[in-house]
Formats: sequence, C-alpha cells, structure tokens
Amino acid sequence: MRKLIKLLNQDRSIVVDAWRYAEEDANASSIIVTLTQWQAERETLLASGKKLGVKLGPADKVDAIADDASKLSLIALEFGGIGEGRGYSQAHILRRRCNFTGELRAIGKIQRDQLFYMARCGFDAFELPEAADLNVALTAFDDYHVAYQPGIDKGGVQLNHRIAN
Amino acid sequence: MYQYDQIDKQLVNERVAQFRDQTQRFLNGQLSEDDFRALRLRNGLYIQLHAPMLRVSIPYGLLSSAQLRVFARIAREYDKGFGHFTTRQNIQYNWPELAKVPDILELLATVEMHAIQTSGNCIRNVTSDHLAGVAKDELEDPRPWCELVRQWATVHPEFAFLPRKFKIAITGAVADRAAVRVHDIGLILKRNAAGVLVFEVLVGGGLGRAPMIGQTIYDFVTPPDLLGCLEAILRVYNLEGRRDNIHKARIKFVVKSNGIDKFREMVDSEWAASKHYAPSLSDAEIARVKAFFTPPVYQSLSDVDVIAGKSNDFRRWYQQNTRPHKVPGYRAVFLSLKSVKRPPGDITDSQLDVVADLADQYTFGEVRATHDQNLIFADVRQQDLFALWQKLSAIDLATANIGTLTDMIACPGLDLCSLANARTYTVVDLINERFNDLDYLYDLGEIQLKMSGCMNACGHHHVGHIGILGVDKHGEEWYQVTIGGAPNGKEADLGEVIGRSFKQEEIPDVLEKLFRVYLELREGDERFVDTVRRTGIAPFKAGAYAQADQAA
Repeated sequence: MRKLIKLLNQDRSIVVDAWRYAEEDANASSIIVTLTQWQAERETLLASGKKLGVKLGPADKVDAIADDASKLSLIALEFGGIGEGRGYSQAHILRRRCNFTGELRAIGKIQRDQLFYMARCGFDAFELPEAADLNVALTAFDDYHVAYQPGIDKGGVQLNHRIAN
Repeated sequence: MYQYDQIDKQLVNERVAQFRDQTQRFLNGQLSEDDFRALRLRNGLYIQLHAPMLRVSIPYGLLSSAQLRVFARIAREYDKGFGHFTTRQNIQYNWPELAKVPDILELLATVEMHAIQTSGNCIRNVTSDHLAGVAKDELEDPRPWCELVRQWATVHPEFAFLPRKFKIAITGAVADRAAVRVHDIGLILKRNAAGVLVFEVLVGGGLGRAPMIGQTIYDFVTPPDLLGCLEAILRVYNLEGRRDNIHKARIKFVVKSNGIDKFREMVDSEWAASKHYAPSLSDAEIARVKAFFTPPVYQSLSDVDVIAGKSNDFRRWYQQNTRPHKVPGYRAVFLSLKSVKRPPGDITDSQLDVVADLADQYTFGEVRATHDQNLIFADVRQQDLFALWQKLSAIDLATANIGTLTDMIACPGLDLCSLANARTYTVVDLINERFNDLDYLYDLGEIQLKMSGCMNACGHHHVGHIGILGVDKHGEEWYQVTIGGAPNGKEADLGEVIGRSFKQEEIPDVLEKLFRVYLELREGDERFVDTVRRTGIAPFKAGAYAQADQAA
C-alpha cells in the first residue's frame, strides 16, 4: 500500500493512495496514465467512466493538457532529483493559468526539503520514495511562516501583503 | 539603510532553524551528501580544498558598523582571523567548521544578515552601484529597487531550483558602476521621454566559460510592472534553460540559441499570460522601502582645499582614493583592500573593528563593499579627510592605488579553491613586487587588471583591461593574458587573448612589455584600454612576445 502526504486546507496527513498507475493496474477505477498514453487514448479514457490522472515528465509542456485540465482529477509532475526545478513552474501554470483544481501530485526523486517550495507552487500531494520517513517530511510545511511572494497554497504561510497581489 | 521589520526577522530566523536542522540531519546520516550539497549551497556553504567556505550576503554591498563588528567577531571566533570581500559585494570565510555554521548564521541574524542564496542555482545577491545615493551622475537611487528585488527573490518558491545561478544588477547613474551588461539580468533606471521613471531591462550577459554581453529585451518597464517582468523572464528560463549540461545552463545560452527577438517573444507571451495576477509593486510599498534610503542629515558646508600644505603621501591618497560627492563639503573615500601585505579583498578581524569605529565617527555608521573588492565610506566631510587618512594609514587601508594596476581583483585561486587550475595570489605578489613605484602606476593611469584561477571566471578576467586566467597544462600552472576588455556601461566588452600562455614568473615581464607599447602609442590622455581598442592587439602582441634583446 503506497502512502502519500496530502494537504487539505490547513490539514496535512499521511494517507493511503487510492490511485494506481496504468502500468500497475490498467483496470483500476482511479488511473494515472502517461502523457503519451493520454494523447493516444484520450477518447477511450474519457468514455471509460474512470477517474483520470496524467503524469508529466519535467520536459513535457503543460500546454499539452491545458485544455483538458477540467476533465482530469489528478496531474502528477515528476522530479528527477533535488536540482530539477521545472516542476515548480509547471505547477504554477497549471494552477494559475489552467485553473486546475484537482490533485497536483509531486512524484519521483523528491525529498522533505523541497516540499515547502512545492506546496507554495500549488502541489497538494507528495509521493515520496518508499524509504522516506513521512513523519519527518510532514514537518517541512512549518519551515517558514512568512513569505515575500504571493503563493498558491492557503495553509502554513502568512502572506506578506507589502507586495500587492 | 533598510531595517528589518517582524516579517524580515522571522524569515531569517526561520532560515537559520531550517539550516540547523538540515546540517544536523546530514551529520546524523539522515541526509545524503548529494541532497545536503544542494541545500547547503543555497545557504552559501561550499566545501573547499581545506575546509567549508561560507559566503555571507551583503545586499547591494551596504553595511552598518554593527554588521562589520559581527564580521570581525566571526573572523576571530570561527575563522583564522580574516574575511575576504568578493567581486559580488559579499564577504566569505574560508575556515569555518561545518557543525558551527548554524551558530554563525544565528549570529548574523542578530544584525539582520544571512547567507541565503549566496551560492547554488538560484537568484543570488542583487548587486549595485557602490556610489549609490552620493554620485554626482546619479539619476535615481538604485538601492530601494535593489531591496524590493531582493525581497521578491528571497526564498522564491518557483525559482529556488533554476538550471544555473542567476545574477541581477541594478544601476541608476550615467556611468555604469554595477557592470549591468555582464549579469543574467541588468536593470538600468532612467527616465522616458515623458519624464517617467522606467527600467531598461538587459538579459543574457554573464562571464564564466562562455562570456557574453547582455542585450536589451525591454527599453521601458514601469516600476509597478518590474516584478511581473522578472517573473516572466525567470519562468521562461526555468522551463527552457538547459539542465543536461552545466556549461550551457545559464540564461545567456537560451537568449543566444533563440536570438534576442525570439527570446523576447517567448517572454512577451509568458508575461501577457501572467499579467493579471503577477506581483505588482504598489506605490505604498515603493514609498515604504524608499523611506529607508533618504539621504543622511548633511551639514551645510562648502568645498574646501584639503590638500594645500599637506604631505605628498596625503595628496596622492586624496587624488587616487577619494571621489566627488553630490553634497558640497563631502567626499566619498575608498578604503583600499589592495595592500601588498594581503591578498586582494582580504581584511583582518582587527581591521574590521577599526573600520566599524571609523565609520561611526566619520561617515554615518555605514560602509559599502565594492565590485573591485574594496570598501567605501560614502559620506566623509572634507575637513575630516586628513585625520581619516592618518587613521586608515595606521591600519594599512590607505594604499593610494585605487583604479591603478595594483588595485587588481583576483579570486582565491588554487590556494583555497577546489575548482582552480592555478594560483592567483602568488601572481598578485609578483605584480606587487615589480610595480611598486606609485609614480609609474599613476603614469600608466586607470588599468583594471582582473585575474581568475580557472575558466569559471570569479575574477572576471574577460572584462579586465588586462585579464589573467590560470590554465592547467599537463599539471603545470600557466597563465593566459587578454587585453582590451571592460566591465562597465556601453564600453563593456570582452578582452582578446594575446597569444600562447605564460609561466607564472614571466607575468611581470609581459605586463612591463605591454606597458612599454602603451606608453609609446598612447595619444593624449587615453587610457591603456582605449589605446588597445584604437590600435587593436597586434602591436601589443608583438611587444609581449618580442625577445628581450629586441624589446630593449
């Protein structure tokens, strides 16, 4: 059973993942497919009645799913390591421009010290590598209680309203 | 200068706590070497040849005397008794213990200082004109804008993990003393035809392995739009910058590979899409920050003749190390960190303490760090100059060489840095030994000599009037010489390599030969770099490689 960290308003919790990747279980009722699969089987997937999620790699363009954002319940953005930073801008665009309101999940080689930044860019779910201590990771959202930039997260950070949003 | 409020204080304190926790997890083995590396770099902590190196941020080079005293204390208690001012207006310590770095950061936080984003692939310290607020040619004080950009960039969640480091410089004067054309983004404050304050925005400059001069992306960006413009540029860079090759990862490569016009279109489209929600500077916020930079209370004085009847040594210092001030009766004073007794930019703990005391006594308690690794007292009464000179002389900070050959900048090189190919400080010593006659230096006039121990160009050798670059040839230290570069304003350009590289001990002779050519060819009072640009490098090349007997 895969566990995740999820943010919901001010709450942070460790939950059991209700989603399956297509390569794990193609028949699952909540399924995450790759962008390639989405583009190839879009109509079939939309007609299947399943809850749908798409996984993007760091080099994938968010534009590829911008028009489908309202049809997706989950978008997973993959990180290749701590230095990989494209996902933060991909998240920003999905939340601020595509008005994506579903679950925005960070996956791949992610670790505790990135989570605060990710949450501020609009991620609300974090699938850490299996070995990670999720209880330690949960504390990441308390690293800062102030910020100079308007952010997308609603919890944890008191916005600095000196800069008008 | 800017004073922290509760928000600023809390942010820096939380950063200290965060880093203490990260360091602890690393020391306990809960954080891998690689993961900790990416995190510590964002706090200015490198692991060097002999020990960690901690770089402390000095926002746009501005310091209070209280901050200098803390620098002195850190040098004394956590280092070997000195600190090193860098070419980006910061200070670095070369011998701290890793486990004690959180304590150093805590100490810095007590005087509103930190090491946030002084290294790593993120937005670095915003740099500016070291004569901001006092220069006669200033149109607009850049410091409030530096502070606004600093705050926006600090712990920016979207741009904390960029493809590569990102440097922003801002100037508000006619003469560009901030080298805005060799920064990832350069901002020039000016007034448009209607008299409205705007920013010219340059992008894609930078030194390093493939030096490039920045190009204008926007001619007129109004202050409320500034942060939205910066976000659009950064977002395009964050998504499009190369992450597969560290040597092609700076924004300059995105600009170059697309061309400035295509790059502008990319930013235009990103900016248009984000305009309705991008951060915008309100008049109230601009006014709040500007209020911290109102001029000090100057006395009503007249300019006076301070050199009449004084010694030759004082006259030389006055002429070389002080600059005009926009307020009558005042001068700006350089404290030369280019003594023959120490590497460029180095300062001891006791010197730092004395400088803090002198700042309180003579210049409203404020000091600036310059790109050329010197310090400045910006507001000294002319009537105090003689007394100040005596006190600076007593602590060896009055070498009358500002702007001359021996006011050279140099990275620490192979003596301290793990990236370097060659030593720089020994070359500095050789040059100081050979060129110790001040009258000869003054005759040579303004010469910016810049030296780097490797291609990463921390010593900015590409934009030196004379650049010296350490190269490794089969395990030996050799030095390549360039001439004709310049860092500032419209004359900003990259120097040309004169030919095969030299051994360390050849460098003073090579310089002497170059100067012989210059003195022969110069017209009127043109500077070395002007002569090189007028004649091209050919005569200099011929002179530098001529055999000793032919050159004599």
